[in-house]
Amino acid sequence: MTGGRHSRRLVPAYLATGGRAHPSRNHLDRLTTLHAACEEIPVGLGPEQRGVLELIQPGALPLVDAAAYLRLPVSIVKVLVADLVSAGLLHARPPIPQATGPDIETMEKVLDGLRALKS
Amino acid sequence: MDSARSSPDPRYLTGNDPVLIKLLIAGPFAVGKTTLIRAISEIAPLHTEEVMTQAGAFVDNLAEAEHKTTTTVAIDFGRLTLPNNLVLYLFGTPGQRRFRLLWEDIAQGALGALVMVDTRRLDESFEVMDLIEEAGLRYAVAVNAFPQAPTYDLDTLRDHLDLRPDTPLVLCDARSRDQSLDALIALVEHVIAHTHLEPA
Ligand SMILES: Nc1nc2c(ncn2[C@@H]2O[C@H](COP(=O)(O)OP(=O)(O)OP(=O)(O)O)[C@@H](O)[C@H]2O)c(=O)[nH]1
Ligand SMILES: [Mg+2]
Repeated sequence: MTGGRHSRRLVPAYLATGGRAHPSRNHLDRLTTLHAACEEIPVGLGPEQRGVLELIQPGALPLVDAAAYLRLPVSIVKVLVADLVSAGLLHARPPIPQATGPDIETMEKVLDGLRALKS
Repeated sequence: MDSARSSPDPRYLTGNDPVLIKLLIAGPFAVGKTTLIRAISEIAPLHTEEVMTQAGAFVDNLAEAEHKTTTTVAIDFGRLTLPNNLVLYLFGTPGQRRFRLLWEDIAQGALGALVMVDTRRLDESFEVMDLIEEAGLRYAVAVNAFPQAPTYDLDTLRDHLDLRPDTPLVLCDARSRDQSLDALIALVEHVIAHTHLEPA
């Protein structure tokens, strides 16, 4: 990406540095729920970061839905989200059944719910 | 990557911080994964484009995604809201071992997997069944009955697929919501039965 001083930056500066450690992104799942943590989106964010905040301003979304609507890979959205959480602009709620998977009561409720849908 | 403008309107989560449950719909190319997800999902199925290096590692910055030799894998998913503040997420997962990291990422915390097979090419489902077993997930097998496909009785299929006696094996037209729900019910029953038997 070469070009004039004012050409649009495709890669946000914080990403262009490359290889920076993002301690929190390993805790993000595709089903981590994203909630807005700011009423107004601050200026000076990269377009992808701003895109995440704009998308979830009206309501909560799982990270994977955000990636689908933004047309960005989940691995990249995790980096964006980790940065936005660190900056206090975004809440990320992990899915309740994390690594271990759902507990037995939850599975029973899933089963009841599926059976109730059968016509 | 396509223009961001053509995305559908976002369908936000409703309810009070619902519990999100992951299920995998796994199987080889064109076996009917997306068809089953569409039959069950309350939203038009969405997909993510995952970018991997040739070695199967995640690409996590855009510069690399655009400039290096990378492979893109589309992962589609659908959503089904259930009573009790639960939301089921169904992920269509391709079975190639070379995308193992991606596979593990999707399988993390999942309730279980439904493996879809086509009787014209049973062996193509072996790889994905191996991956699921390695990930420690329980699974059920759904035979998607295509019109030109040979029919076998379930015992013969069970034998060919080398299934454990207790692994559910069901016939399923992936276009049918009811039959697809039945396949998921068989899966969840199986997972529950084994969780009772082998407490974590
Ligand atoms: N007759 C019949 N056709 C089916 C059935 N399930 C899927 N198909 C058709 O088979 C084709 C492949 O189905 P998909 O749902 O796209 O398969 P997939 O597993 O998502 O495929 P990939 O994502 O490309 O790996 C489509 O043309 C479907 O319409 C079925 O139960 N019966
Ligand atoms: Mg598909």
